Formats: sequence, C-alpha cells, structure tokens
Amino acid sequence: MSTIDPTGHPNVHQTAAELATGDKTDTLLQTDGLRKDFGGFTATDEVDFSVDAGELRCLIGPNGAGKSTLLKLVIGTYAPSAGSIYYNGRDITDLAPHRRVRRGISMKFQVPSVYGELTVRENARLPIQRFADGEERRRRVDDAIAAAGLTGYEDVAASVLSHGQQQQLEIGMAAALEPDLLLLDEPVAGLDVAEREAIAERIVRLNEEEDIAFVVIEHDTDFVASIADEVTVLHNGDVFREGPVEEIKADPDVQRIYLGDEQ
Amino acid sequence: MVANTTDGAGSADAGGPMDALRRRIEGPNTVGNSRGFWIGFTVAVASLVAYPLAVGSYQASRFSLFLVYAFLGLSLSVVWGYAGVLSFGQVVFFGIAGYTFGIVSVNFATPLGITAAFLLGVMGSALVAAVLGYFMFYGGVRDVYVTIITLVSTLVLHTFMAQTAGDEWTIGTAALGGFNGMPTIPTLALGVGGAAFTFDSVTFYYFVLALLIATYLGLRAVVNSDYGRVMVAVREDEDRTRMFGYDVKRTKLAVFTLGGALAGLSGVLYASWGNYVSPQVFELAFASLPVIWVSVGGRKTLLGAVVATVGIEFVRNSLGGEWAFIAVGSLLLVFVLGLPGGIVPWIHRAYVDARGDATASNPPEAETVEVSD
Repeated sequence: MSTIDPTGHPNVHQTAAELATGDKTDTLLQTDGLRKDFGGFTATDEVDFSVDAGELRCLIGPNGAGKSTLLKLVIGTYAPSAGSIYYNGRDITDLAPHRRVRRGISMKFQVPSVYGELTVRENARLPIQRFADGEERRRRVDDAIAAAGLTGYEDVAASVLSHGQQQQLEIGMAAALEPDLLLLDEPVAGLDVAEREAIAERIVRLNEEEDIAFVVIEHDTDFVASIADEVTVLHNGDVFREGPVEEIKADPDVQRIYLGDEQ
Repeated sequence: MVANTTDGAGSADAGGPMDALRRRIEGPNTVGNSRGFWIGFTVAVASLVAYPLAVGSYQASRFSLFLVYAFLGLSLSVVWGYAGVLSFGQVVFFGIAGYTFGIVSVNFATPLGITAAFLLGVMGSALVAAVLGYFMFYGGVRDVYVTIITLVSTLVLHTFMAQTAGDEWTIGTAALGGFNGMPTIPTLALGVGGAAFTFDSVTFYYFVLALLIATYLGLRAVVNSDYGRVMVAVREDEDRTRMFGYDVKRTKLAVFTLGGALAGLSGVLYASWGNYVSPQVFELAFASLPVIWVSVGGRKTLLGAVVATVGIEFVRNSLGGEWAFIAVGSLLLVFVLGLPGGIVPWIHRAYVDARGDATASNPPEAETVEVSD
C-alpha cells in the first residue's frame, strides 16, 4: 500500500491522517478528534485513538467513560458529532455500518445477541454464506462450530445455549468473516473462570494465527493482562492513559479514577 | 409412520428432481419438512381441486374469495413474520392494485387490456410499496413507527377515495365513484385475441388455487434460501445483521416491495372476482384483518397465513354481519394472549414432540440461562 503514489492513482485518496502518520503504514484504524454528544452529554470528547494491524489492544475505563460509544462510532452504529475515522488510510466516517464490515471491521456488541430462534448451524451459516458456497460453506460452518466448542449442538436453538456458549458462538461468527479488526464489547462479562479462560485463549489464538487485530473492552485488569500487551484507558470520554498493561495497572491515577474518589 | 424425519437443509440424499425440489423448499424457516407433511399437503390440494365438483359453482366462487385473501395474508406473513416489519397497510397495496385494475380494465375492456390491467395492478402496488418503503426504511423509521405510518396511509387513502364522487374523478371512461366505489369492473381474462381465456366462477377458482399453490411453494423457496436467512436475521436483530455485512435497509425494502406485489395480486383478483372495488378496502376494519389472520395462523409460517386466512374468512363469511367482526376480534385477543406464536406452529410443535424428535427440543445437556442486560 505504501508503494502506491496517491497523487498518481485515481482510486487512492490519501487522507490527512495517513499523511500525518508518515511512514507508520501499518496503522489499521485511526480516529481523529472523535466526539459524540447525546443532548448535552458528551460521551466521547475529541478522541484520538489508533490500532495497528495485528495488534491486540484492550480498552478499559470506569462506567460511562465512553468505551462502548467509541466502538459504536468506529463501527458506525452511532454517527459522530465531530471528528473523523480512518481505516486503512481511508476516511470511513460517513460509511454505512455494513460497508465498514465489508472492508474488514466487525463488532460483537455487549449484550449477547446470537439469533436465539435460529439453530447454531443457521447462526453460523449467516456470516459464511456471503462468501462461501456448497462444500466449502459446509466445511467452514463445521469449522466455525467446532472452534466455538459447539460440535453436537448444531441443531439446537441458540437461545438454549449457556451464556458462555453464546459468547463463543458469536465470536466464532464474527471471526468467520475473516476481519482485519474485531471489536469486542465485554466478551467475558458474567462468565465463570473457566469460560473466561476459554474466551481469552480464543482471542489470543485468533490474534496470533489469523492475524486479526482486536480492540477488547474489559474491566478486569487480570483478564486484560492475560490477553493484551497494550492498554488504552478512557476516562470522561477521552484517552486518559495508554501503555503496557503492567504500567497501567500500577498507575496510581488509573487506580484513582477506578475507585472514583477524585471528586 | 414417517421415515424421513430430518428437519432442515442438507439432509436429503442426492436423488431425483423431486429431492432437489424438496431441498429447495424445505428448511428451518418453514413448518412441514417431512414426508408426512407433503402427503397431507397433497391430500389438501386434492380436496380443494374436488371441492367445486362437490359443492357446485356458486359455493366454489364464494370460496375463491377466501383463496384470493390468502395472498394478502401471505404478503403480511412475509413482511411481518419473516422480516419483522409490522405493516398495518397491506390493504393500501391491495386497494391500489384493485383500483388500478379497475381503471385500466374499464378503459380497455379487451382480454389484452385486462391482462395489462392485471400486470399493471400488481406492478403498481409493488412500486407504491417500494416508494413508501424507501422513505420509511432509508429515513430511519423503525418498529412501531412503521406500523403507524402504514396505518395512517390506509386511513388517508380511505378518506381520499371516499371523496372521489363526481365527474371530475373520471379517468377515461372509468368513474372512481367516491364512497360507492367502482362497479362494472370486467371479469379476469388473460391472453390476446383468440388465445384469450376468461376466468369465470369455477375456472377463476382453479386459476386462483393454482396461483396460490405456486406462490406458496415459491415463497417457501425464498424464505429457505440464503436470502430468507438474511430476512429472518433482520427480523431477529438488525444491528447484529449489519455486523455480518448485510444491508438491512435494502433487505427490508426488497421484502416490503415483494409484500406490496403479493397484496397487489390479491387486490387485482379481488376486484375482478366481485367486479367491484370501493374505499371499504381501506377501512380500518379491513386493514386489521390481515393482522388477525397472520397472528392466528402464526406469522412466522407461510402455511399459517394461508390456513388461517381461508379458515377465518370462511367462518366470518358464514356468520355474517356484526357478529363476525366480534368473533374475529375475540379470536385475535385469545391468540395474542394465549397462543402468541399462532396455531400452526403450535400444532407443529405438538407433532414434533409426539414424534419424539430429540434434536428440536432436547439439546445435549441443555442449560437455559437468564441473561440480564
């Protein structure tokens, strides 16, 4: 990509962000002054946030810090009040969510939302049918179900799966799209220790083997430490700290905002 | 009794054209995927074919109206039951198609003209559905607001058509007739010149029956296709479906347009059946009927829409008068409160349970978890 001369190529529209990042061409996602107001409340305030290709980054911060809002802005569920979003150097700020997905981003929302009335197999078919047919589709569907640990449950309605199984299925469905960037909003909330470990393993494996970059929202710093190297702390709608997980964990200011005694 | 019991796609062995056909029209989005169902289906069709012979042409002609309404029921089943868009305005497309058919066929009362009126009625209602749907879905209108807008569209058309009495509301030789409606609409005829065929009483019955069977089977293929899976996904969770790269608005628009065409088909057949259309087709009482049919039959099954439409209309027509509406209203209450899924899925479930189909109801180590938001 970096070898293309943007001025000489009709389809390449090099952005301010891309120019600004200079030689750092592996930046996958970059937000530029991203703000979202809900009435008089500012959920995210001029956020500059970036993710590199293949990176596994966790997003932490107290409730109301703007974490979910930031991810929903990135995927397009919310339209920003101000600012821009660049993906692979292209401005995607005005792109419809499904078009962002087709470019390689996907998101798993906080509430588990597999299609409850559909069977596990029907759930798995949905993302895969877009690009695979016949025998190839059957194989991919079986693989996705197996990777989610749900072999034997193919014809079960997804609503009767346990919470943890639903999360596994949903991550499997998102991963089946073979995205470059996957946004996960609290994938382990409400799960027991074994289920959390299974999800952590899954995320790390997808990151390492499939080279999917992740942004994972999570509160539990132990879980964060078990999967991520880099952490971004959001507070009051803006980036508060960024850095290696151990450094962030030890940061007294981060501890202070989590304990909420700063007022 | 039933040997081939696997529900769902991909189960049939490779075989002849019948197996290929079954693979296409069977799947998790329809009830009735067993050999037993198709035997029952064949018996039902055979009974309907024999019906005019048993009851005579007058009763057959009366019954064909209920079959005509089944297309209207199917249109709502597809739009609401499969794509999750509760439209209270399927009668808008029904009525527009009826009026279009009337206006064109009165002006060009030859078989060719009537054939054109038939096609224009269906296409016109599909076009109106597409335009209305475009502004709703691309304008970000969702859920109950769609219901309100479609309901208001119905009432607006009722008010408008009721005031079209007088000479200024004459199109060519066709007078719209205000509240009295348009009489003398020609009977359905299809073809050109010597190759034309007029569908009168019994032949109309058979024409509608054949069209209904073809439409039912065609829609089964649609809802069990990849596209049908996307429709159901849109119904279940729009935001999630976007996350798989699907264009939710376009899907809803396409399904709504298909629903408009089906309602239009019903309206065209209705106008030619009674040689008449009036603003009554836009009345609230009539607008609520498709919702009742589809709720009672089970909105998520095409079969339920057909069975309930024909059944309820048969009973309503036999009772007649105000009592019929009270009975139908009570039926809606009973089903909304007691059996919200509708009668056909309920029977289907009872059948599956009785047969001891383990996969549908008893997953391995199933555990149900309350998931709090």
